[in-house]
This record gives sequence, C-alpha cells and structure tokens, in this order.
Amino acid sequence: MTLLEMRGITKRFHGVTALSNVNLAVRAGEIHAVVGENGAGKSTLMKVLSGVFPHGDYDGAIHFDGQERHFRGIHDSEKAGIIIIHQELALVPLLSIAENIFLGNEQAVCGAVGGVIDSFTAYAKTQALLRKVGLNERPGTLITDIGVGKQQLVEIAKALSKEVKLLILDEPTASLNETDSDALLALLLGLKAQGIACILISHKLNEIAKVADGVTVIRDGSTVRSFDCRSGPLSEDEVIQAMVGRKMEDRYPKRTPQIGDTVFEIRDWRVHHPEHADRLVIKGVNLHARRGEIVGIAGLMGAGRTELAMSVFGRSYGRGISGRVLLHGREVDVSTIGKAIRNRIAYVTEDRKGYGLVLDDDIQRNITLANLEGVSSASMIDDGREFAVASDYRRKLGIRCASVFQPVVNLSGGNQQKVVLAKWLFADPQVLILDEPTRGIDVGAKFEIYSLMAELAAAGKCIVMISSEMPELLGMCDRIYVMNEGRFVAELAGSEASQEKIMRAIVKAGSITTGMSAGAAS
Amino acid sequence: MTESTGSFLKHNLREYGMLISLVVIMGFFQFMTGGTLLEPLNLTNLVLQNSYIVIMALGMLLVIVAGHIDLSVGSVVGFIGALAAVLMVEFNWHFVPATLVCLLAGGAIGAAQGWFVAFFRIPSFIVTLAGMLVFRGLSLALLQGQSVGPFPSSFQLLSSGFIPDLMGGETLRITSLVLGVAAAVALVAAKLRVRANQARHGMESEPTPFFIGKIAVFVALIVAFSWKLASYKGLPNVLIVMALLMLLYDFVTTRTTVGRRVYALGGNEKAARLSGVKTQWLSFWTFVNMGVLAAVAGLVFAARLNTATPKAGLGFELDVIAACFIGGASASGGVGKVLGAVIGAFVMGVMNNGMSILGIGIDYQQVIKGLVLLAAVFVDVYNKRKT
Repeated sequence: MTLLEMRGITKRFHGVTALSNVNLAVRAGEIHAVVGENGAGKSTLMKVLSGVFPHGDYDGAIHFDGQERHFRGIHDSEKAGIIIIHQELALVPLLSIAENIFLGNEQAVCGAVGGVIDSFTAYAKTQALLRKVGLNERPGTLITDIGVGKQQLVEIAKALSKEVKLLILDEPTASLNETDSDALLALLLGLKAQGIACILISHKLNEIAKVADGVTVIRDGSTVRSFDCRSGPLSEDEVIQAMVGRKMEDRYPKRTPQIGDTVFEIRDWRVHHPEHADRLVIKGVNLHARRGEIVGIAGLMGAGRTELAMSVFGRSYGRGISGRVLLHGREVDVSTIGKAIRNRIAYVTEDRKGYGLVLDDDIQRNITLANLEGVSSASMIDDGREFAVASDYRRKLGIRCASVFQPVVNLSGGNQQKVVLAKWLFADPQVLILDEPTRGIDVGAKFEIYSLMAELAAAGKCIVMISSEMPELLGMCDRIYVMNEGRFVAELAGSEASQEKIMRAIVKAGSITTGMSAGAAS
Repeated sequence: MTESTGSFLKHNLREYGMLISLVVIMGFFQFMTGGTLLEPLNLTNLVLQNSYIVIMALGMLLVIVAGHIDLSVGSVVGFIGALAAVLMVEFNWHFVPATLVCLLAGGAIGAAQGWFVAFFRIPSFIVTLAGMLVFRGLSLALLQGQSVGPFPSSFQLLSSGFIPDLMGGETLRITSLVLGVAAAVALVAAKLRVRANQARHGMESEPTPFFIGKIAVFVALIVAFSWKLASYKGLPNVLIVMALLMLLYDFVTTRTTVGRRVYALGGNEKAARLSGVKTQWLSFWTFVNMGVLAAVAGLVFAARLNTATPKAGLGFELDVIAACFIGGASASGGVGKVLGAVIGAFVMGVMNNGMSILGIGIDYQQVIKGLVLLAAVFVDVYNKRKT
C-alpha cells in the first residue's frame, strides 16, 4: 500500500526552477532513501512535503494516507503525521529533554489560568519515550549536556510523542560517529517494525544499502531513477551514476595551465573543534599547490573543507591547531588573520553575506577593507585613490552597479561575489583560497568567475578551490583532493578525475574507518 | 559627473533633514520665547549647558557605531568631578597635574570596561550597567556624601572663561568675531578642496546649487553665531575645546583607516575580522576613548558648577545616547556620523533650554524629549523600510 505519493512537484524561486516534475512514492512501513548531490533539490522537496512551502506555492499533488493533502504549514503536516527532523537539530540547548520533547505541545492541566504545565505527566511520558528510542538519560537532563548522537534520539522521541506515520530524517548521521550511526539505523529498523515509515536523506550509500527498501535519486531538481531494494541488493555504482550523470557542457573557459614550482604547502594540519576540545575536526591534512595551478578540494558538506581553510587563514576556526604552513618552502606564521594577509594569503568565504561583506556599506568601502593601507598614506584615506581603485575593479570584474557608492546589499549574488573577490584581489595575494566561489549565483556570473580564476592562474597565482559542485571542480582544476571526515581520502589529477571516482572515494571512505585510502596514487 | 538634484535630495535627505529639523526647532522656540532663545546671553548659556553632552556624544558615537553602548558615562562624569575636587580642593593640587590624572583615570575606567566587553564578550550593556553603579557609588564614597568646592579660579576658566580679547572692543569682542569669520573661510576652503579632488577623480559630487547653498548657509550661521556671542562676552573657552574635538572626531571617522575600521566592525564584525581588522582591540579602544571624553566632560561640568556633588552627571548617559540616535546612529552598529550626533545633542539642548524659558515643567519636558527621540528613530526606520 502506498503511504505517500508526491506527483509532478514543480517549485520555482523567482524564475529559477528548483524542482521540476518530481515524483516520490513511499510505501507504508518502508524506509525510503532520497539521494542526490548538494543542491539537487532534496531539501526543497522535503520543505514542500512538510508544508514549509504551503500549498499553492508549488505545482503538483501530494497524496498522503489515502487523501490529497493541502498543507499550509508545518502544523498541518504534523497533524497528518509527517514529522521532519532537520540536519541542524531544532532543540533548545538550555531546556531539559522533557521540556524539549513537549515544546509547543506542553502537557498542561487546564486550570483557571489556562495552561499550567503538568511536569509529572511530562516526566513519565518522556521516560517511556526515551525507553522506546533506547536513550538512557533522565528526562531532566539538559540538552546541552548530551552529545549530538543522543540529541538526535531526543528529536526522534519528540517525533514519537506526536502521532507520527512518516518520519523524515535529513542526513541524520552526518555528524555522528560509527557507533551512534549504527544505533540510529537500528532504531529506524525498529520503528519500521512498528509500522512507521521513514524517508532517509543521506549521502552514505553503505548505510542506505543496510536499511533502505527503496531509493529515489534526484538530480538537478528532477527525479532521475528509483530503485526497489526488495528485488535484489542495491548497486552502489548505479546509484552513483544516476546521482552525477549529467553531461559536461562547455561551461568552463579554455585554459592551458602553466604550472611552476610549489608555492603553498600545508603539512600535517590538525584542528580541534572550537567548543568540543577533544573532537578532532581536521585529522592530519597535507596539501600543496603550485604556481599557476588550480587545486580543488572536493567533498560533501561537513567534510571539513571550510574548517581546514579557515583554520589555515589566521586560525579563524578551531583551536588546538598544529601543523605547518609553508610558502616557497619556508615556514610562515599565519597565526593571525593580519599575518596571513601580510604573507599574501587570501580566503574568500563561502558565506559572503555573513563573513564576506559589510552589507550596508557601499561597494567601494567593501573593496578596500582588507587593504586600507593601499589607499591611504599615514593612516589617512585618500578618497580619490580609493574611488579610482574601486572603479578599476568595477570595470575589470564587470561589477554591474549604478555606482561604486551603491550599498552591496542591493546587488545580485553574482555581483556581490565579485565585490568579495575584488576585495581580496586588491590585497594582492599569491595564494587564493576560494570557498564555494559560485554558490548561489547564476550561470552567466559563474562563467565570469571561472574566467577570472583562469586569468589569475595564468598570472601565476596559486588557487585552492573548495566546491561541492563536482562538475565545476572537474571543469576548472588541475588537481583535486577529495576530503571526507577531516581527511584527504584521495588525490586525483584533473585529467583522470571523474565524478564517479570522487563519489566512490567519498563513499568508500565513509565505509572504511581507517585513514588514507584509495586513489592517492596519482 | 553630478547627480540629478532629485536623486541627490533623496539620498541625502537624512543629513539635511537633521539640520533642517534643528533649524525648525530653533525657529519655533525663537518665536515662542519672543526672541529670548537667540539672545547673546542665552546663546552663550546654550553652548555652556550642552558642551559636556556634545563632548561625550563624540565618544558615544564611536561606541555605538562599533555596535556597543556605554551606560556608565553619567556616573563617570560624577566620579571624575569628585576626583578633581578631592585633588584640587582637598589636596591643593595645581589644576594641570590634577587634570592629567583625571584624564588618565577616565582612560583607565574605559579600559577596564572595554576589557570585559572586547576580550570576554560580555555584552556592553551589562558591563557598563555595572560601571554605572560602581562609579556612582565611588563618587559618593570619594565625596563622603558632601559637595566639595569651590575650585581654584584658574580651573573654573575651563567652563566660565572666554577667549581673551586682544583687539579691545567694549561692546563687540573683535577677536571672537574674527575667529568666527576665519573658521567660516577655512570651511569654504576645505570644502572647495574636497570638491576639486572629487572632480579630479571623476567622482560624483553634490549638484552645484546645493553646494553653494549649503556653504552659504553654513558661513552665514557661523558668522551670525560668532557675532551674537561676540556681542556678549566672546567665544567661551569650552566652545573652542568642543569645536576642536568635533573637527578631530569628524576627521577620524571620515578620513582615517581607524575610523573606517570601526564602521566595518559595527557593520559586520565577522567580515571585518576576516578582512584583517583587529576587531577586539578596536572595540577596546573605543571604550578607552569614551572614558577619556567622559573625563573631559566631567571636568567641564565640575568647573561649570564650581563644585563637585555626588549627584553630578546623573542621567547624562541617556541624553548622550539619545543625541546619537536622534543624529541618525543605528542601534545595531555600523551607521552614524559625528556631525549627526552633535546636531542631535543640540536638538536636545535647544529643547531643554527653550522649554525651560517657556516655563514648561520638568515633567512634561521629559515626556516631550522622549517622544522626539522616538519620532526621530521612527522616521529613520520608516524611510529605510520604504527604500
């Protein structure tokens, strides 16, 4: 019997099609995996299903539990029995487990005042729920005092406290270790036995192979294939091919790399988590990049790529950092951002609004911020010189704006990205670390950014590019490191790299727990 | 390249709006008080009464632009006044070393508070709320609950003195008038230079009629103002101190790298830090600066009252903060101008003065001031939302 059927779902954002005619069917009491690359549209699909995008905001139909449904908000979908657990857990850290489980659904006795919380009922019910999910904690324990794995279980207990028929888990094991992941998967199988269906969004094919009854692959906003795992074991290769199998168009500028000596090296780099001092986030990374070379770092979200880059750039992430950074074979001090900039290293953030731009300031002021010395003498800013510099970059990078005095907040994503790039180019780096340089910008602007990267490489800069979009890594990079769970698990020459090889390295590394493996033999 | 008049007006309405409202408020009270407001004596008083608020607004603006707040400045004014009284009246110190010690003490107070805010990330609201209590208590302790005075007459000159008149003139202080005219000429010269520089680099500048009009208004105001003051006792010493500080802070905020970095820090701390700005030290120094300026204000206020009382400076922090917000500073940081804060301070000052002359009770004065603050910020937010 079919529990959920989503038919012909199409969702557009301001003219950009995020989902196009997606179909998804989940049978009652099955675990159904939804897989796809970052940005393929999985989260958008789940938001449609859970009513975050209300009925009427998308085309297509949702049938659930025998009826057509028009969810107008999360409240509606929860009432129907669909509960979503997001990757970023939605628990209040300083409330207890019991308080979190019944948040918004408090166990109240209706007195004269309206709602007075009945702590005893809540406590008893929480105990029962925790037993169900196999979590051995007191209901009064604060969320902040238990680990991520246990928090995940609390989320599931919270879902069970409501009448759940379909549980959606968005990358539940992304931040869990092996033991916790296994426990979680076992719990899902247990829920399945009780007749609760589950949609599992995951990148870890080995886990999917363990528990899933069906798999739907989404790519570029459309359903490309469905697998039924009851008829035979899942072929990981086929799934990977379905995930990445788009053809490479002529979307990248032609370049003939002229690669020189090694300029930039990171040796045995280790970083601990800023809050959990005992958690190693970067586990001994070695990287080198040569003059005129574009080096890519592939990996899934949470692989530790941004953490690596930011910890190298003036220790702006993490603590307990060890390892060495070398420029032209000599060790350099990059312990503060100022020192990193003086050593001519630049880091272009993946989060341009949060970390890259002063949004209310104008284009000109944003461009000169990292190198104010370049437009001032004796600490006095020369307005004219500053204007000349900003206008120069506006022209060179093709920043489309009314004037350089326009606040960056009003620019499009692509133009904002160009302003961030201009800022770092004006700081005159020899090593440029670009973190998701084309995230959220349109195809035309992407090409301009690729062309700029090619130009910079041709001018002898050394570029490290972090990206979750494999085609652009393949299209631009001379060499690609594959990162997973804080380690480089493969190093591929640009010519021999392919999406399948990268995916395989990631997936394989996910199932093998020991360090470096696979394709390091380039 | 010049913008069209219309679009220029739209983009700069805020700045002109502030100035226009000050002029309107002054005109209103000038009319209502039957001309008393702009009489030389009252104008002089207006300057003297508001000098310490203006001086502190300069520092507060930087603190607010950096994304913080300082609630302790009123108590610091009281504490520094008490310290000055103890040193000069009880220990008979000369006013020069006493003043230096007071300024250092102000800096140390700012440093202590800034230390907690910048390096331990304790919200400035809490740190300076604590400071407000601590320094109010300390000034009580220092004065043992008594008023201490009077100050040596050389020290009193800071607030009650006027610049000496070298060229004689019994009814009109010529030196003061000449200084005023000189300031106006300097303003014109500076503005012309900036405009020439803009033109040389092909930058947009304000339309010529606006430029001329604005300069003419400013020149007329400065000359008229100094002429009025010259016909009483001349320019007060404290006005010179205030004017020099205003120029200095305007310069620092608009033309120097440090000033630029404070704006970036308040606009987006994370982006500023990733661009190499030492955000923590910068926050720290804005508080040190605030402490020193609060000490200056404390000295000016003590000299003006000619006595130190435990209640000196009570509630000043609110006037200072209100001046910054009326002047267009944003509570979330990154936005605000020195001249705006100065105008804001005078808006409050003129209203205080005008309403007192009209005999409006202290009760309704506060109600009206509160509503004006709310209205000014409301207009800001409303305009921002509309665009």
